[in-house]
Amino acid sequence: MTEPTRDPPDDRDELYQATIVDHDRAPRNAGALAEPTHQATLDNPLCGDVVTVHARVVDGAIRDIACDARGCALSRAAASIMSTMVRDRTAEAARRLAAAFEQFVQAAPEAEYADELGELRAFAGVRRFRSRRVCATLGFRALLRALEAAT
Amino acid sequence: MGSDPAAWRRDFPALEQAVHGRRLAYLDSASTSLKPRAVIDAVVRVFTHQAGNVHRGVHALSEAATEAYDAARDAIARFIGGRPDEIVLTSGTTAALNLVAHSWGRANVGPGDAVIATALEHHSNLVPWQALCAERGAALRIAPIDDRGRIDLAALAGLIDDRVRLVAVSQLSNVVGTIAPVAEIAALAHAAGAIVVVDGAQAIAHLAVDVAALGCDFYAFSGHKLFAPTGTGVLWGRRALLAAMPAWQTGGEMVASVDYDRARLREPPHRFEAGTPNIAGVIGLGAAIGYLESIDRAAAARHEARLHARLRDALAAEPRVRVLGAPDAAVVAFTVDRAHPHDVATIVDREGVAIRSGHHCAEPLHHRLGADASARASLALYNDDADIAALIGALARVREIFR
Repeated sequence: MTEPTRDPPDDRDELYQATIVDHDRAPRNAGALAEPTHQATLDNPLCGDVVTVHARVVDGAIRDIACDARGCALSRAAASIMSTMVRDRTAEAARRLAAAFEQFVQAAPEAEYADELGELRAFAGVRRFRSRRVCATLGFRALLRALEAAT
Repeated sequence: MGSDPAAWRRDFPALEQAVHGRRLAYLDSASTSLKPRAVIDAVVRVFTHQAGNVHRGVHALSEAATEAYDAARDAIARFIGGRPDEIVLTSGTTAALNLVAHSWGRANVGPGDAVIATALEHHSNLVPWQALCAERGAALRIAPIDDRGRIDLAALAGLIDDRVRLVAVSQLSNVVGTIAPVAEIAALAHAAGAIVVVDGAQAIAHLAVDVAALGCDFYAFSGHKLFAPTGTGVLWGRRALLAAMPAWQTGGEMVASVDYDRARLREPPHRFEAGTPNIAGVIGLGAAIGYLESIDRAAAARHEARLHARLRDALAAEPRVRVLGAPDAAVVAFTVDRAHPHDVATIVDREGVAIRSGHHCAEPLHHRLGADASARASLALYNDDADIAALIGALARVREIFR
């Protein structure tokens, strides 16, 4: 008679990485910008998460960004990490990062991924949780929406 | 008469599986219940031996399907104290309530009239009345609740005047687990000439429902929360009300005779059952009622009541946990300080514990209770003390991750 076994311990599969918990507790670039050139709010009607992104884009580059993320730890942390990574990038580079993150999140759990994702790699575990993938990508989707249209 | 909770557990094959290598603690029956073997077997039997259409063919398979289907309607009527011709079969509670709104509502609610819904309502017993009132130029009034999640009867009485045509109330809240005083509400409504529509989606699986004793005019519930397949539901309505109601959806099955320019409609309940119904699902619902009639329901109610008190008290005693309202039965919704309900549900799932998270289709109620969302544990007769212990143990893991 053997006890049921737990999933093998693998730090990469753990959903609630220290990085995610830290960004949830103390989100970076939280709040609003006084004079955003671009902004958008997206929600996930399935779970009620809401992310608002403000950006100030000058000469095609994101000079300032602020996020107001309400919801679960995954959506809050993802928006926070995103804000730290796209600041001072061109809008085009931010779009490329968004696409890379989207692809990373939607990939099979065991798929390899690139170092360019930086702290976003903490979301590898979400690939095992189909219903939670949308939490991780909500911030980037809000950024893309904001970049589509000027205020 | 089975009265042994351990034997009830064995009637539900879904409980035999491990989840993430753990024993499954299924605490999400308010979303949908697991199905007993008797229901699964009945559905398999339909597709194996009774796969004809109902009320149409004269061949053997159609006859067998029709007989089982009509027997299910009889069983449903018996189960809630109604008559078979008062049982309209629908796809679920939502369709049943929409039928009342679209048929009775459009015919009886006009400009300047009012509809009352309580602050407890699930979206399915709120949004149809919003839409009806918007379309008909009527006002929607919300009957307030107290912080325990109880309807304020005096305030409700104050909202009722001769403009009110309909009062909508859920018998057992799917969030705060409070039981509404339906008979008192019905007396207030009837005194003003209004009718009462009861959302019984949660109550049907936990309370002994007798529509005559409740004094309501319509009673709606879903099969899938009563151990039956999804896509089944019931609208019970007073015969006189149903007889006077126009059809909502039209087509085959609901007509007596048809010419190119007109159709003569059938009497209720068939007038409200256009198209081929969910035959296997309805027969499965009949089997679910047969299963409940085969066990000691009073013992099941005592078992659930004891578990519910334990669950409520155990959650209330947990650090950083807040229970929403003062639940009477079946469900306990709660929040964990510094952890979002979705994260709570994901973490406890890894420990084999299935709970719901979100606003449970009751967004305004969550705002009233000062929460954006909640986690919800809900019970059925197949739960046991080990399920509650598993949830409480898993909450320690939540606090460990979100310190």
